[in-house]
Amino acid sequence: MKLFAHQLRSEQLLYWRSRELAFFTFLFPVMLFVLLDSVYGDDVIKGEHVKASAYLLAGMLGYGVASTAFAGLAIVLVLRRESGILKRVRATPLPPATYLVAVILSTVIVFAIEAAALIILARLVFDVKLATQWPSLVLALLLGALSFAALGIALTAPIRSGEGSSAVVNAIYLPMAFLSGSFVSPHEYPRFLEVIAEILPLTYFIRLMRDVVLRNHTIWSSWESAVVVAAWGVCGLVLAVRSFRWAPREG
Amino acid sequence: MPAITVTDLHKSYGAYEALRGIDFEIETGEVFGLLGPNGAGKTSTVEILEGYRRRDGGTVSVLGEDPELAGLDWRQRIGVVLQSGALYQNLTVLESLELFAGYYERPGHVDDVIELVGLAEKRDARVRTLSGGQKRRLDLALGLIGNPEVLFLDEPTTGFDPAARRAAWNVIRSLRTLGKTILLTTHYLDEAEQLSDRVAVLREGTIVAIGRPAELSGAAPATEIRYQLNGEDVLVSTHEPTRVLHELTSEALAEGRELEGLSVRRPTLEEIYLALTEERGE
Repeated sequence: MKLFAHQLRSEQLLYWRSRELAFFTFLFPVMLFVLLDSVYGDDVIKGEHVKASAYLLAGMLGYGVASTAFAGLAIVLVLRRESGILKRVRATPLPPATYLVAVILSTVIVFAIEAAALIILARLVFDVKLATQWPSLVLALLLGALSFAALGIALTAPIRSGEGSSAVVNAIYLPMAFLSGSFVSPHEYPRFLEVIAEILPLTYFIRLMRDVVLRNHTIWSSWESAVVVAAWGVCGLVLAVRSFRWAPREG
Repeated sequence: MPAITVTDLHKSYGAYEALRGIDFEIETGEVFGLLGPNGAGKTSTVEILEGYRRRDGGTVSVLGEDPELAGLDWRQRIGVVLQSGALYQNLTVLESLELFAGYYERPGHVDDVIELVGLAEKRDARVRTLSGGQKRRLDLALGLIGNPEVLFLDEPTTGFDPAARRAAWNVIRSLRTLGKTILLTTHYLDEAEQLSDRVAVLREGTIVAIGRPAELSGAAPATEIRYQLNGEDVLVSTHEPTRVLHELTSEALAEGRELEGLSVRRPTLEEIYLALTEERGE
């Protein structure tokens, strides 16, 4: 437990010290929210009686989980693996599971702060009317963060080099965020894109966010979306456990 | 009891036999150098002893345990400095050491270790601002911070300038006085000679010579005696330099000649090493 707290503290220090990482995974979604909301926030979503601001908040919570827990975590772990830091950690008496759980929890903490920032901004600056089941929101955010973290760790295995990690991760998570409706509602997409969107875990996470943050649903009344997110998370976990590597590729 | 025992160690990568049955023992408190060209099997050997790689045959014991099966308690007692040491670039020297010190039950004192590797002036500098040599010394410090009984150093000074190498050697010498058992790999002869109590020379996965650096020079190429006779260079290679030299000088004295340009050279460890490690058939 002392070891775990030590590692968690260190991970927080490492995250906030790394300005590039903190910018792209933490600050960028917040900035994007402010930008998009300033431009499109007053539009009205077709077939719904809510401002686009409200939709954007749910979308940005989704984008935030994808950028922090999925993309950020995958990039950090690939860089640490390929530079040999993971190998060095394995030479110490720190249990590997303690290390990984601390890394994941540290990501969850970052995402929690990000989600809080987005919600406060939405409420105070953009006047979004929240109808939120708070305990369900916390549960849903945690479910999303853990599921996407598992997927992020699973993604590290096929990535071959530290240099390529950002490129590969961006090529996956940016289209996913777009298709899943992080930036607008997916109902406006052509049919074939909608079909793809119907598979993506982020689509379901964002749907869950809309239900829980804006429509006063509980996580239980929107259980279909929650189950899909969790199922993706379990798949990610199984893949991560089976394929995770500690050592860099042999030169 | 020896700190490290290696018996008939084998390792293959696909069809390539990296280690073809090597044996050695390292006593507690000994500094043992594993010397050889790139690809001779040094890193394979060390990484098997560190528990990173599985062996294909033979037995290995480090502090009485098989590294493949040893647990985290065993890791409390060993220190590892990898060939390419990775560091957290955004931490300071002090923070890096505090982070790793936290993993051990009985870590060394952080400031003492910083002092030992000569980074006191850089204590609060970010790792990314350090020079290559300073980063390597931090690597060494991270290997030492757990206060290990056995320390593995894989090519600790590769890429250093001469001054940085001498500084690193002094650090390693001071570790010896602390009674640590050290396994050092290097492809620098002078390094092995300067630091090691004993050296094993590795070539193509086999140990071709093992012993104290001074003994190794007795094992191989002959002493060279050169002089000039009627303007021509003469070279005599011999394993009995005393007798040959005595004959030469007696003869010259009797004939009232001078042996122009007389020189006697013992082979350097460099030449011995080259003779031991050169390709077969050459």
